[in-house]
Amino acid sequence: MKKWILLLVVLSMGSLFVGVHDLSPSALLSGDQAAWEIFLISRLPRLISILLAGSSVSICGLIMQQLSQNKFVSPTTAGTMDWARLGLLVSMILFASAAPLVKAAIAVVFAFVGTLLFMTMLDRIKYKDSVFIPLVGLMFGNIIGSVTMFLAYRYDLIQSLSAWLHGDFSVMMEGRYETLYVSVPLMGLAYAYANRFTIAGMGEEMATNLGLRYRSVVYAGLLIVAVVSAIEVLTVGTLPFLGLVVPNLVTMYYGDHLRKVLPLTAVFGALFVLLCDVLGRVVIYPYEIPIGLTVGVIGSGIFLYLLARRTKRYV
Amino acid sequence: MVEVKQVTKRYGGKTVVDRVSLTVPPRQLTSLIGPNGAGKSTLLAMMSRLISKDDGEIWVEGKEISCYRTEELAKKISILKQSNHIAARLTVNELVSFGRFPYSRGRLTREDRNYVREAIRYMELEELQNRYIDELSGGQRQRAYIAMVLAQDTDYIFLDEPLNNLDMKHAVQMMKVLRQLVDELNKTIVVVMHDINFASCYSDHMVALKDGTVICEGDVSSIMRNEVLHRIYDLDVRVQTIENRRICVYF
Repeated sequence: MKKWILLLVVLSMGSLFVGVHDLSPSALLSGDQAAWEIFLISRLPRLISILLAGSSVSICGLIMQQLSQNKFVSPTTAGTMDWARLGLLVSMILFASAAPLVKAAIAVVFAFVGTLLFMTMLDRIKYKDSVFIPLVGLMFGNIIGSVTMFLAYRYDLIQSLSAWLHGDFSVMMEGRYETLYVSVPLMGLAYAYANRFTIAGMGEEMATNLGLRYRSVVYAGLLIVAVVSAIEVLTVGTLPFLGLVVPNLVTMYYGDHLRKVLPLTAVFGALFVLLCDVLGRVVIYPYEIPIGLTVGVIGSGIFLYLLARRTKRYV
Repeated sequence: MVEVKQVTKRYGGKTVVDRVSLTVPPRQLTSLIGPNGAGKSTLLAMMSRLISKDDGEIWVEGKEISCYRTEELAKKISILKQSNHIAARLTVNELVSFGRFPYSRGRLTREDRNYVREAIRYMELEELQNRYIDELSGGQRQRAYIAMVLAQDTDYIFLDEPLNNLDMKHAVQMMKVLRQLVDELNKTIVVVMHDINFASCYSDHMVALKDGTVICEGDVSSIMRNEVLHRIYDLDVRVQTIENRRICVYF
């Protein structure tokens, strides 16, 4: 754990000085006005949003996997992100002049209801093949996605939609990323609830036996997931497969005791996104590959690997 | 003391448990027996608030079960179901520690740790305590679950088919442990049993259900009779006494 945090700190420091505009620590130290401006308006907000989005989305995936007892459920594979986007779009159509927080709140409601719907579906499905579930979720999400797309065409909002579709940190500047701070107390709440989530992951009967109010814990978990997803879609855009890949890699080695693995998941999530972002910044320098793409490519690759590994183990 | 009074459960139009009344004798091992679909598991699930009842009352130590806060009841009754498939990767120690959740809500005190250590020792799991439960054999895993229930330290322990998936050796081991829990730790245990001979050899009290009603109950010698068993199972059963145990032959 300690060495991973150290690595994250070092990489974070390094990432502050990677970018089109030449920015060096010495310029900052000498009090260069322009350098400080770039640092405070662009580089630092970017780093903070990467760290917050990476860790909070990964934690969401971890919570969802625990509550559904399925390793392949995540904000991407359960349609949560698609619902959040639909919610944002609906709020733009109906309440165009509302404050960002109001829009986010509507997106939260959509994400919560949609995810709950998926979880209820999961309960009903008899055929609980671990590969089958995420496919159902992805299809489900795509249906919602096409509804969103249709509405966006009708109301000429395709441009806003594409901003939410592909995660991009290059636009994270002062004034645009602050909503992400909401995820900090949510992560704290997730940690406080860690033991309850672990017990809920043992199944409803076991949870009831241990005196846990199963339903309310599930709702609390899904609410955290919905809020984080909505905020992330609104600010950064979608980071596909992040909530799936990171928790899977962490729990594969460290088990499912959330008190233990939740902080690790946060650190790894931040690390993963940071690496992908720096990669996207340097590959076609001075241009940039949006983070949604790098995370998507690397994430879906790991997702396929996890699928293959699963099938091999159980067939 | 657990008392069941006129309890009924319906699924759709079908009455699965029909006005069952029953008093669980304290500090004894009681077996619920009967054919498939008799309502044994449903009854046990209602007695441990896992499912709600449609009618009747269940009194646990002088208080109706629905009046309990669920966390309060978790300190009095523990229940293990036949399908304890936990998908989560937890070590034996972590699993057993969760048995203390009703008391500590997750923050283990020194006293909690003592209970956990004691439960692990009692179930002879010391060497396995840092292994993940999905790496254990069926018998070892069953022991880990029992250890968790022991850490939960309830007076009443309800088990739904604890011998499911266990081979002969582990089944005997499990029943001996349950016997010890009653004799040494003064627990009150109710088990749903399919193997009538295991029930006969290890229980103090037997309750036979059929079509959702109790058709007879009593000590082993009153149930383990040809005519009684015939009535329960619709099968010609001959009870033989072998080494002072009543064994029934029905093959």
